[in-house]
Amino acid sequence: MAFSDSPFATGDSFMHRTDPRVRLVCGLAVTVPAALLTDSQAAWLALAFSLLLVKMARLNLVRVLNRLAVVNVFIAFLWLFLPFSLPGYPLWSIGPLNLTQEGVDLALLITVKSNAIVLSLMALLGTIPVQDLGPALQQLKMPDKLCHILLFTYRYIFVIHKEYVTMRQAMRARGFRPRTNRHTYRSYAWLVGMLLVRSWDRAERVGEAMRCRGFRGRFYSLARFDARTGDYAFLALCLLFSAFVVYLGFIRKGAL
Amino acid sequence: MSHAVIELSNISYAFPDRDNTLDGLSFHLHEGEKLGLFGPNGAGKSTMLHILMGLITPDEGQVTLFGAPMTDAKAFEAARLRIGFLFQHSDDQLFCPTVLDDVAFGPLNQGLSAEDATERAAEALQTVGLAGFEDRIPHRLSGGEKKLAALATVLAMKPEVLVLDEPTTGLSPEAKARLAEILKGLNMARLVVSHDMDFLSDTADRLLAMRDGKIRPGELKPHSHTHVHEEGDMPHEH
Ligand SMILES: Nc1ncnc2c1ncn2[C@@H]1O[C@H](COP(=O)(O)OP(=O)(O)OP(=O)(O)O)[C@@H](O)[C@H]1O
Ligand SMILES: [Mg+2]
Repeated sequence: MAFSDSPFATGDSFMHRTDPRVRLVCGLAVTVPAALLTDSQAAWLALAFSLLLVKMARLNLVRVLNRLAVVNVFIAFLWLFLPFSLPGYPLWSIGPLNLTQEGVDLALLITVKSNAIVLSLMALLGTIPVQDLGPALQQLKMPDKLCHILLFTYRYIFVIHKEYVTMRQAMRARGFRPRTNRHTYRSYAWLVGMLLVRSWDRAERVGEAMRCRGFRGRFYSLARFDARTGDYAFLALCLLFSAFVVYLGFIRKGAL
Repeated sequence: MSHAVIELSNISYAFPDRDNTLDGLSFHLHEGEKLGLFGPNGAGKSTMLHILMGLITPDEGQVTLFGAPMTDAKAFEAARLRIGFLFQHSDDQLFCPTVLDDVAFGPLNQGLSAEDATERAAEALQTVGLAGFEDRIPHRLSGGEKKLAALATVLAMKPEVLVLDEPTTGLSPEAKARLAEILKGLNMARLVVSHDMDFLSDTADRLLAMRDGKIRPGELKPHSHTHVHEEGDMPHEH
């Protein structure tokens, strides 16, 4: 569990050696336009670029596909409804349902965009070790509060999950088997309640421990960032791509 | 007498909806003094330590650290950098992604450069016998290893005072002996809370006991006992 749950953070690719601050900025530059796209040509281009990024980060393909599968499960639900719910040129109909060209196009657009964004984030942000994320964000002059929230959410999701697993094990070790009865529901309610209380308490105690060691709201890291020529070249590449997508997707169509 | 580095006067504290856990407690630790504190479970030892670190605000009474009255959070912030506090539960103390990051966290907050902090951290890990654990994940260590790692995070800050809440729980006899040696080698003032009387009498100059929300002189009476040893019938010393 826990930190090995950021399976992409370790590696020795060009991407891993790029300054985390540059990767953060690139992540923003690449994904925000992609998220707003309504143009399929530009979306496909974004997908191609995200594949390039994944290639540059030399991520483990099995793991990448695993993650993508999760995202695409949600998207599969879209395909169940969206193609039938948009008015337009009918391709096929059963009873009252019309499968429309517009519906299929939109579902496809969303699929391509989502995958492009997830892949880009995996390659750009997923490769930043969590201990570097805080200092990197702070050096980019993000508000301290925001950095803390992001970091601790990330850090403690795993701890909460671990507490959950531990408590489940403790329940099972004492012979608990879920059934459909009151005892089961009550036990689950307690489990969830305890999870919240324990997470709260733990957050409090960790905060105290941090203050005892001189934490005053700023993260210092052993990692030192220095952006080199390669980093700037990479930044330029991402910004250029982003500009091109903006041109293709918005300016050319007169949307901006 | 030398200066008191830690001074609690007339501290009372009650958790919400409970009777006073601490009741007019006074305590001081002088420069170079090595005190041991024991007392039954739930007596309020950890609570007292949290109060002296400024993590709990007492209902009544005054905390004075290094001669300065702790009137607000700012005062505590500065004083805390000079006190090494080991929490009773190491899980609360370790929160970084790697052991090295965790041990270096304090020194970095003290303003050391990354290089110096790394060096300090490596040194502290060496001292507690965890050399080579730098890249391990703190919360996946064994219980005793966590305790030692937490101790390293404290030692790395080169504090002027050590406040240790049950440093020996979960330690094997070897690690405990090692810890006793480490402590005996340090001449800063310290307050050690423990239920392990052998350890306390070995590492402290003077013992105190907590009872009824107050601190009293603790006495240890020698007594005969039967006990189990790995060595079986081999003659041995205490
Ligand atoms: N957050 C809390 N809310 C309510 N009561 C608490 C809280 N923390 C501690 N207590 C109670 O306060 C009393 C003193 O607790 P404390 O942890 O200081 O005891 P202790 O002397 O350190 O015990 P131990 O030897 O078991 O560590 C106990 O009765 C405990 O149940
Ligand atoms: Mg305690």
